[in-house]
Amino acid sequence: MKTRLTGIVGLLAVVAAAIFGLFVVPADLNQGDAQRIMYVHVASAWLGYLSFGVTALAGILYLWKRDLRFDAMALAGAEVGVMFTAFAIWGGMMWGKPVWGTFWQWEDPRLTTTALLLALYVGYLLLRHLTDDPTRRATRAAIVGIVAAIDIPIVHFSVIWWRGLHQTATFGDPSKLLHPSAPPLFIIALMSMLAAFTIVWVYLMIRRYQLARIEWQIEEHGRLGRINAARRVVQPRPGASAEVRVEEVTS
Amino acid sequence: MSELARNAGIALAIARKDALAELRGKHATTSTLFFAAIVLLLFGFALGPDSRKLTEAAPGLLWLAIVFAGLLAVGRLHLVETDDGALEQLALYPVDRRAIYAGKALSGLAAMLVLGGVLLPVVAILYGIDLAAAWLPLIVTLLLGAIGFAAVGTFYAGVTVRMRAREVMLPLLMLPVIAPLLLAAVKATTAALGGDPFGELTSWLQLLAGYDIVMLIAGAATYGFLLEE
Repeated sequence: MKTRLTGIVGLLAVVAAAIFGLFVVPADLNQGDAQRIMYVHVASAWLGYLSFGVTALAGILYLWKRDLRFDAMALAGAEVGVMFTAFAIWGGMMWGKPVWGTFWQWEDPRLTTTALLLALYVGYLLLRHLTDDPTRRATRAAIVGIVAAIDIPIVHFSVIWWRGLHQTATFGDPSKLLHPSAPPLFIIALMSMLAAFTIVWVYLMIRRYQLARIEWQIEEHGRLGRINAARRVVQPRPGASAEVRVEEVTS
Repeated sequence: MSELARNAGIALAIARKDALAELRGKHATTSTLFFAAIVLLLFGFALGPDSRKLTEAAPGLLWLAIVFAGLLAVGRLHLVETDDGALEQLALYPVDRRAIYAGKALSGLAAMLVLGGVLLPVVAILYGIDLAAAWLPLIVTLLLGAIGFAAVGTFYAGVTVRMRAREVMLPLLMLPVIAPLLLAAVKATTAALGGDPFGELTSWLQLLAGYDIVMLIAGAATYGFLLEE
């Protein structure tokens, strides 16, 4: 019930923040209406990073405690994070076309880093998808998630350098929106969207976690069912062949 | 005998085993090198026949060929361990898991150095580059790049070797992670070949070295979990 309430509150907050950002706040002088994309863009990028942080942390906790609940948490982080990151990149491109004049700006280190980030965690999800055994999946996913998290700062740093040694950025910098010089209304719009998105994020994370637990129970149920079925088959003739039969049916 | 010397001995023994198996069986060397040479030839078709353009793009093309062929090489080095439960045997040895990782990474490094050593002259011939003027920085770049690739490749080959669709999963997981390596190695190679007019060569080599150290530590720390499976 509490989770559902969180979802409803989050949805209402997003609607309210969207109305505020679209109709109450004036358009930016230089960027026009395109600047309004920043409210959702910054919020989803931030939550993407936060989600992957959760995945890395849950991975470390799993390797430490060997509790599959941490693995469910890591999965929730990766999946929700991929969604928010993809949304952030899409929003950034929609903003970049009118402001930069191009969808893709190689000299923006954030864009390049975020694209690689998305690739890293799509790979992570595929890895999970292709491993059937729950503990094996959890271990593999945990270490791959940790190495991915270690790689991200290096990617970011090297891309900044790559550009920095070449030439300086001459285009608009999205972080300037958070600069104190930005009009207070813009900051309020950004912050309220951030808050609204974060509530939705919490809701999605809880739901995905619960779903992962249910999925695991079904998997486990199916496995036990197969083992018990095998036991029933071999019961009439107890003896050496029993173990072989169990192995055949479960493998 | 100290712990470190013992582990180094184990790592060398594993690398020696891989080298021997490769020298006797010649499973991968010829085909991988041939694959890389074809890739370089095809890059020429894609960007040529303007030789100036090819010379300009040569560092990037060289490292892309090394990366593509290297994926085959590191994947292969773990694949041979799946025959007859060799990986399980390896995991059962009462030794430090980090030594096993170091051994596999060492054979990966050897494979990468052979690959780079052959491809560098091939690139010089095909794309018209003068290697003699910059041989020392080029060798250092190749060495640092090969170490990083072997460190990351050994880890991801270990992750994917017992997976379904491993041929796709190894590049898919590994390529985004080695993006900084590719970037730094290409930049260092470009700087070395151009006579380093902006004095940026050292910075890129430092970045490569830092990447190598971080990835070696990460690989050594996590590889043991893979053997537990």
